[in-house]
Amino acid sequence: MTKVTMTVNGKSVSGDVEGRTLLSSFLREDLRLTGTHIGCDTSQCGACVVHVNGEAVKACTMFAVEADGAEVGTIEGQANADGSLNVIQQAFQDHHGLQCGFCTPGMVMSAAALLKDNPKPTEGEVREYLEGNICRCTGYHNIVKAIMAASGQDVTAIAAE
Amino acid sequence: MPKDTGIGAATTRREDVRFLTGRGQYTDDIQTQSECAAVFARSTVANGKIKSIDTSAAAAMPGVLAIFTGDDFAEVGGNPAGWLINSRDGTPMHEPKRPVLAHGKVRHVGDAYAAVIAETVAQARDAVEAIEADIEELPAIVDMKGALASDNYVHDEIGTNQCFDWGWIEDNRAATDEAIKNAHHVTTLELVNNRLVPNAMEPRCSIGHYNPGTDEYTLHTTSQNPHLTRLLISAFVMGIPENKLTVIAPDVGGGFGSKIYHYGEEALVLAAAKKLGRTVKWTADRTEAFLTDAHGRDHVTKIELALDAEGNFLAFRTETMANVGAYLSNFSTATPTFLHGTLMAGNYTVPLVYVNVKAVFTNTAPVDAYRGAGRPEATFSLERVIDKAARELGMDPIELRRKNFVKPDQYPFASAAGLEYDSGNYDALMDQMEKVADKAGFEARRKESEAKGLLRGFGVNAYIEACGIAPSNLVGVLGSRVGLYDAATVRVNATGNLSVMVGAHSHGQGHETVFPQVVAEMLGIEAESIDIVHGDTSKIPFGMGTYGSRSLAVCGSAVVRATEKIINKAKKIAAHMLEASDEDITLKDGVFSVAGTDKSVSFGEVALKAYIPHEFPLEDIEPGLEETAFYDPANFTYPSGAYCCEVEVDPETGKVRVDRMTAVDDFGNVINPMVVTGQVHGGLGQGIGQALVENTTYDENGQLLSASYMDYTMPRADDLPFYIVDHSKGNPCTHNPLGVKGCGEAGAIGSPPTVVNAVIDALQSGGKNVTHIDMPMTPHRVWSAMNNA
Repeated sequence: MTKVTMTVNGKSVSGDVEGRTLLSSFLREDLRLTGTHIGCDTSQCGACVVHVNGEAVKACTMFAVEADGAEVGTIEGQANADGSLNVIQQAFQDHHGLQCGFCTPGMVMSAAALLKDNPKPTEGEVREYLEGNICRCTGYHNIVKAIMAASGQDVTAIAAE
Repeated sequence: MPKDTGIGAATTRREDVRFLTGRGQYTDDIQTQSECAAVFARSTVANGKIKSIDTSAAAAMPGVLAIFTGDDFAEVGGNPAGWLINSRDGTPMHEPKRPVLAHGKVRHVGDAYAAVIAETVAQARDAVEAIEADIEELPAIVDMKGALASDNYVHDEIGTNQCFDWGWIEDNRAATDEAIKNAHHVTTLELVNNRLVPNAMEPRCSIGHYNPGTDEYTLHTTSQNPHLTRLLISAFVMGIPENKLTVIAPDVGGGFGSKIYHYGEEALVLAAAKKLGRTVKWTADRTEAFLTDAHGRDHVTKIELALDAEGNFLAFRTETMANVGAYLSNFSTATPTFLHGTLMAGNYTVPLVYVNVKAVFTNTAPVDAYRGAGRPEATFSLERVIDKAARELGMDPIELRRKNFVKPDQYPFASAAGLEYDSGNYDALMDQMEKVADKAGFEARRKESEAKGLLRGFGVNAYIEACGIAPSNLVGVLGSRVGLYDAATVRVNATGNLSVMVGAHSHGQGHETVFPQVVAEMLGIEAESIDIVHGDTSKIPFGMGTYGSRSLAVCGSAVVRATEKIINKAKKIAAHMLEASDEDITLKDGVFSVAGTDKSVSFGEVALKAYIPHEFPLEDIEPGLEETAFYDPANFTYPSGAYCCEVEVDPETGKVRVDRMTAVDDFGNVINPMVVTGQVHGGLGQGIGQALVENTTYDENGQLLSASYMDYTMPRADDLPFYIVDHSKGNPCTHNPLGVKGCGEAGAIGSPPTVVNAVIDALQSGGKNVTHIDMPMTPHRVWSAMNNA
């Protein structure tokens, strides 16, 4: 067992982990932050996307020990300080960008990383960026629309609800 | 009146807040101190004789608590088929036992033959590797045609690989044959409806708990229908009394059919929990999901359409082989028969239909209902052969369809496949589709594509489906072993807010938002004061769950009936409070008034009076304000639609891109248009996925080659366009109180043939004589078809 210490959603946390413990497992099982979801075994689905030192990372592709000393952000830390939904979360609700909700944390975390690097992405750029996030419910229409809306773009021309 | 939150409001979803903040509670999110882990030993061969299983080394591994094999379940029951199908000769289908763990033989790759319970998942996984199983590999039965001809059987005890040979409608067989023999023109098409994996993003998960103090079991599980799961475990598999078993399906991350069924893992964690006195959790990994979730589709069909010289349809005849896999999943026998054959008249006045379906056992995962379930297969066969016929006859594919549509003045319409359609207007849907899709602008867009060196095609489709799965009397006649009503309890709390307990289960459909809209509209109060309770058999009435686009049409109708009872009783209480007679009381905007006076009491005051019944006419009215209704409809509902698709095909590579996808649907009345549109989007994504990228591939040894997201292509955001969706032309269902038809499956039913028809149109516009390409239309398949044409 190895002791790891990291900052998760602004709070310092530590734990003893096996070398094989994935960051996703550490978050879910040790820290009980179960908003980070596990949807596949092969780092394809993106339900576990978190932020590590400001970059979007699939938490199942990283060992917990590799995140020692890192700043980690998860879906649980995304809302505004007063508990209200942040701009991206609010856009997902406003535009019905989620159904079962399972892929949603990863989608929101990926969207945040995209908009940090590309504040006004085109439809094509959003779709390409989401290559690593699979959703089975929405057909992606409202996810793409929500992310474009969150970037401040007018989406009223995009197919009506 | 709650205009912003009642019927017709596109109100945003209240459940979103917990999902968007990571506070949803899916089964695997539930963690308890006493929890231990189950991991299954699964067959690596498709067909094999279990000669011995030595668990001694595994049992000595660190952390191992118990090991189960098929022997441990030899005396309990099997997981049953929910629908009895009789063959054409009147003999019942073959129903081999489906045990909790494989016993004697393993019958598909992934078939579980043992389970290890250990302190941690990692320890259990290590111990599974230490189980020494001597399994003699036998030749695998994979191909359906080969299976029917073989004397090597998936189930030796039944001596055939044919589960049944079903004819529908058998009395029409001779007349259909005669019509086809004598027809002016017959169009024939052989096609494959490709096998799919539902791929809900949340893998299955089950947690068993046993309380020795009360002899009660609790199962948390990823289910679309917790009461059905409890019934199956209690009555058929484990014999646990229903009143000693609580099944809870908390937040569920998508189902699409795959979580309707009871699976052996659920029984295993309950048995292990009792044996160990510990909470036992199993969570599937994605490859386990591919190997063991019930798959969908997998039909091979020959369809013939007979027409007269004017293009009138005279008869449809189909011969289908339907793969049921190694065991009968709960609804696997209904899917290729009564959810498929009965829809084979489509939207048309065709007088004769004959459908033959042979269901075939193979050494593959069980196949069952997946979004649409039988209806996509029917629509695909019909709408592909109609398109082919139009080309053969030189007719416009839309005009050929219109010529044969059931017309608005023909309802109720008795279809040649045995259903009675209650309402619809297929021409109006087609008109609307042509308008919102800007069909008139297609030629200009085609020229733009040509200028880029791309072939543009326009494909069209009309579909009808039977939803609101449904009438117990009808499905009983057709072989169902369950009733298909649903139930709701409306509890008005003393302080005037409401809890509505429903039998339907929401796993993405938005019930927590939509059902309150219905109650709010009826009571004239704000939806915010109404909460939905679902997914827990200890809290909800006995409903049948969510599938077959039935939640609103069936369970929503039960909610209406229960709310009507609430209103009737509340009026009696109000009448007493206002010293008036019951019939003079009106309810408007949440206020009970005496007609023609200014006397009134609010809904909240009536609720309080019901629970604090001082000065209450107890001889006439019981205290409390809580009512339950069971609703069993008179018929299926019949959503219909007109879809079109424009694709661009790159002739250099065969790559197909869907540029425009339009869905115009008749869902009857719409409660929340935002949610309905979202349901259509999702179906379109899955349907386009089936048409272009998704495929489940077994090799000749029964090895699943597409068992991960690296091998099975899931549609990604950049595979799909923005969709054009319209449901403004609804014709209300005539027999349920909301006039709703159901919208969950439409997109997945209507889109696959639309995309294929568009690709064929594109290729033919480029001078290629390609008449059919099987799905998925990968670049390789399209390029090969073009270059062999």
